[in-house]
Amino acid sequence: MHPSIVASERETNSLGMWIFLVSEVMLFGGLCTVYLVYRLRYPAAFAAGSQRLDTLLGTANTAVLLSSSLTMATAVYAAQAGKKRLMLVLLAATALLGVIFLGIKGFEYWQEYREQLIPNLNFIWDGADPLPARLFFTLYFVMTGLHALHLLIGIGLVGATPLLRRIRPFRDEPAAPVELAGLYWHFVDVVWVFLFPLLYLV
Amino acid sequence: MVDSPKVYFVVYVALLILLALTVGAAALDLGALNTAVALLIAALKAGLIVAYFMHVHNSSRLVRLFAAAGFFWVLILILLTLSDFLTRFWVPG
Repeated sequence: MHPSIVASERETNSLGMWIFLVSEVMLFGGLCTVYLVYRLRYPAAFAAGSQRLDTLLGTANTAVLLSSSLTMATAVYAAQAGKKRLMLVLLAATALLGVIFLGIKGFEYWQEYREQLIPNLNFIWDGADPLPARLFFTLYFVMTGLHALHLLIGIGLVGATPLLRRIRPFRDEPAAPVELAGLYWHFVDVVWVFLFPLLYLV
Repeated sequence: MVDSPKVYFVVYVALLILLALTVGAAALDLGALNTAVALLIAALKAGLIVAYFMHVHNSSRLVRLFAAAGFFWVLILILLTLSDFLTRFWVPG
């Protein structure tokens, strides 16, 4: 194919994914705004709620996701350089790191279940302001839960990219599915980069 | 359009350093500044990821426009919403 057609198709692919990502930015941005408004309204209760979260695990999870972004970006490089085995190894590493993140998150959720911090399930609050504290945890579970769902979809997407290379839209551009999955993956990472300090580091 | 893996690794190290900074800064008590500092460092991290991992710094102007649009949308949402709530004169307690 003519190089300028390939270049403009690449840009079109990127733009398509970016439009989707911007819509996702609106989704998470709206949630974060709700969180910010209530945190400014009930600073003490939100701080107290945040203390009950495991900052060590949260930090570890952030490092895990940042590492997965490194492996994903390098996988895109490998795809474009035609280094197929390296690409497959890196895609597997990215998916594995994503699974590790979900494992740590699941463990945190289980801890929170045991400490009775899940609203509508077993929420008990001994300190002051039980209602705002409960609100903090509602927001925490909704925001991290939605993020975890996006990450799960991302893991599926990363796993599917070696197969997507064979379908007709991508036969001339086999690196495209990897690039687009990469854009989605980095976006999920960016969301967590904001969620972590907002929720864990009050 | 793609950078070399070395660039990605350098960006990764920078991101880890910023993560350490975020956690370290949260340990200090800066009062109202804590949130601002944490969000600022988060914005820096996000900027690095968007520019380098998502190749925005060597993408076409149109792609950069789309990315910027998303960023400015959130900025306007948060700034205008907070400018309302922060100026409502909350009664303490």
